Amino acid sequence: MTAEILRFALGYAQIALILALALACWRMLLGPRAQDRVLGLDTMYINAMLLFLVIGMGNGNVFFFEGALVIAVLGFVTTVCAAKFLMRGEVIE
Amino acid sequence: MRHLEQLPPWAAIIVALFVVIGATLTLLGGVGLVRLKSFYQRLHAPTLGYSYGTLLIILASMLMFSLAEGRAVLHELMVGIFIMLTTPITLLMLGRAALRRDRDRKLGHDEVVPPRNRPTPPAAAKDGGRDGAAKIPAPAADGAGAGDPQP
Repeated sequence: MTAEILRFALGYAQIALILALALACWRMLLGPRAQDRVLGLDTMYINAMLLFLVIGMGNGNVFFFEGALVIAVLGFVTTVCAAKFLMRGEVIE
Repeated sequence: MRHLEQLPPWAAIIVALFVVIGATLTLLGGVGLVRLKSFYQRLHAPTLGYSYGTLLIILASMLMFSLAEGRAVLHELMVGIFIMLTTPITLLMLGRAALRRDRDRKLGHDEVVPPRNRPTPPAAAKDGGRDGAAKIPAPAADGAGAGDPQP
């Protein structure tokens, strides 16, 4: 009974996060301007990080957590660099 | 799937509730990201997933691994603190970059953005003299208004 509740909740969470990832990807492909695409990419990073955490909870595996941490760091660096590029036209001044 | 049977039922219900609510809020943020009209509205939508989605899923993960392994597993806090620290930085920088790009006349767009400078005191006094504009002198940031005499 315990395992069924958890398996249902984790399966639902995976489906919902994959749908959120697809919606963010839609905004990234469709975005009318460049900042919409950067925002969609940042949302995709966060959603992928949450999806890795949920998959790690389902597997009982700690390595997914480290993947989630790496994705979070990469998402931060990517978005900051893209925002700097949009603001100034160059990344390193 | 052995670790899922080791949890007590109350913990399973709490973990399932946290995971379901967090994933649903993240999905609602994605729907808002697609459906809202302006960029400055869309900037607010995915923060549902950044704040509440991350918080609830991390709490559920910490609770589940702590009860399954019989010790305090706190390394998910690292992700939570990192997201809590970096999300305002990234979104502020993105918003400022978007505002700077929207004020640029050369890039064609149809966003409505506020002007860079507030109206000067004579113009504000002419159209009615609102108390906020009358008390605060306008900053002489632009070079044209710097030489004007004060009223």
